[in-house]
Amino acid sequence: MSLHTKSLAQLADGLRAHEFSSVELTRALLERIETHQPQLNALISVTGPSAMQAAAVADGVLARGGGGPLTGIPLVHKDIFCTEGVRTTCASRMLDNFVAPYDATVVAKLKAEGMVMLGKANMDEFAMGSSNETSYYGPVRNPWNHKLVPGGSSGGSAAVVAARLAPFASATDTGGSIRQPAALCGVTGFKPTYGRVSRYGMIAFASSLDQGGTLTVSAADAALILRAMAGFDPRDSTSVEHAVPDYVAGLDQPLTGLKIGLLKEFFEKGLEPDNERCVRAALAVYEKLGAKLIEVSLPNLGLSVPAYYVVAPAECSSNLARFDGVRFGHRAKDPKDLLDLYKRSRGEGFGAEVKRRIMTGTYVLSAGYYDAFYIKAQKVRRLIANEFERAFGQVDVLMGPTTPTAAFELGSKTADPITMYLNDIYTIGANLAGLPAMSIPCGFTQNLPLGLQIIGRHFAEERLLSVAHAYQRETDWHTRVPPGYE
Amino acid sequence: MKPEQIAAIAHLARLSMDEAELPRYQESLARILSFVGDLEQAQTQDVSPMSHPLPGLVQRLRADAVTETDAHELYQANAPQVAASLYLVPKVIE
Repeated sequence: MSLHTKSLAQLADGLRAHEFSSVELTRALLERIETHQPQLNALISVTGPSAMQAAAVADGVLARGGGGPLTGIPLVHKDIFCTEGVRTTCASRMLDNFVAPYDATVVAKLKAEGMVMLGKANMDEFAMGSSNETSYYGPVRNPWNHKLVPGGSSGGSAAVVAARLAPFASATDTGGSIRQPAALCGVTGFKPTYGRVSRYGMIAFASSLDQGGTLTVSAADAALILRAMAGFDPRDSTSVEHAVPDYVAGLDQPLTGLKIGLLKEFFEKGLEPDNERCVRAALAVYEKLGAKLIEVSLPNLGLSVPAYYVVAPAECSSNLARFDGVRFGHRAKDPKDLLDLYKRSRGEGFGAEVKRRIMTGTYVLSAGYYDAFYIKAQKVRRLIANEFERAFGQVDVLMGPTTPTAAFELGSKTADPITMYLNDIYTIGANLAGLPAMSIPCGFTQNLPLGLQIIGRHFAEERLLSVAHAYQRETDWHTRVPPGYE
Repeated sequence: MKPEQIAAIAHLARLSMDEAELPRYQESLARILSFVGDLEQAQTQDVSPMSHPLPGLVQRLRADAVTETDAHELYQANAPQVAASLYLVPKVIE
């Protein structure tokens, strides 16, 4: 078995048994990146020399019998996470020259485990997009078919894992940005409960929705990473003081008696027949494993996309006000006064989708429209969260498709923003309610992967991971590698 | 939405926008606002607005103690224009 197709646990065992070194593993993956990056454009920066140094340090620790289960294992960080001394762009011209002065908590925690950063993943600009086409550095291409999008916003992270360029890539999910690319690239994407993973040093888009998480091949790999990544952070004012269970130890919980809620609204109009077929087949696997299926209805779920496209732009317009061309980021040449400096620096620094969202947010927060749009959307958010809570009175987890379709062609949905926004129709609800949710590979249509979405109660990460793991022990969809990347 | 309204929003958002760009945003903002207009259908009497996804969570305060060290040189390394440890902007007082 080649190094790049090993699971995290297999890599950890191999490193500890000295079957291969972190330097060898890191070099092998950097070579794969060099080979495949020209087609995929999955990374914005590759940090080869510092990766080799970190790998040598990890080998030293391992040689002395030290380190933990992640020591010496390579990773890629989404370029939304600040990395000390390394360019952090958020895929925007605005931050093209920005070198982060500190590490995000997620970055610091995984560095402390001895993980080796290979580079920074491409993404939609400021995480605003569902196809990776809004990146200032050009779109990422789907490893299953280079004419198709990988999904977004964490499209680079998903492509990196699907192409086996790294066993793990960090990611963020505001409206589906981990789960949607996971589904479209055939990998496992995990978005924890809001507040479970620190947002410190994670460049803010919509602060009441943003949550960091993982893209890996399997749920077992996600459990290993999340155990190190999650936890209270005093530097994030919305970080939750809630003990982190041993997600790895909890993986093998039996499914007997598990009550699975089928979200009725997810199987109505818009869902491609092949997606439905694969999801239903996955549900049959769960039934065979002892779970019980119960149909549940969330009548207001259909309003989650409109509610999101008020709340998220409102928060984005406020968060992105900090980019003013004064303290960091892009600055326009020869400003005639301060107002001209602000306006042109922002006008030149932001791409069209980011500007569209800032303007939408500015509008819905402006006098006269605040109640009609912003307050109304917050009330609908409450309705949807209440409906999820009621559903969890009946069932343990909710399941349905992650996306309505498989990956689509580059450029096919860029003309109309609403067409693009509707890609996240099944994923946004979990963000509005702050619930943990994941996407796991559950089949193929015309050689393209599809995802099963699993949503859990607040802080039920352990249960979600064990539910996904049980399926992945019965099926091999998650182990399929795109042709040309074996 | 009229072009003047788009220009006014762009001004409030501090985004430069030339005449040629206005129709593009005019069209897409109109699409977005009509789409989110569906929210009107929802019955929200007696529903309180939800600004945070976790119930019962309050903003934490930290102890009033100095925790930051002086790192202005590090931070200002990212600034477009600095002189004598000060961020430079165009003159604002005549």
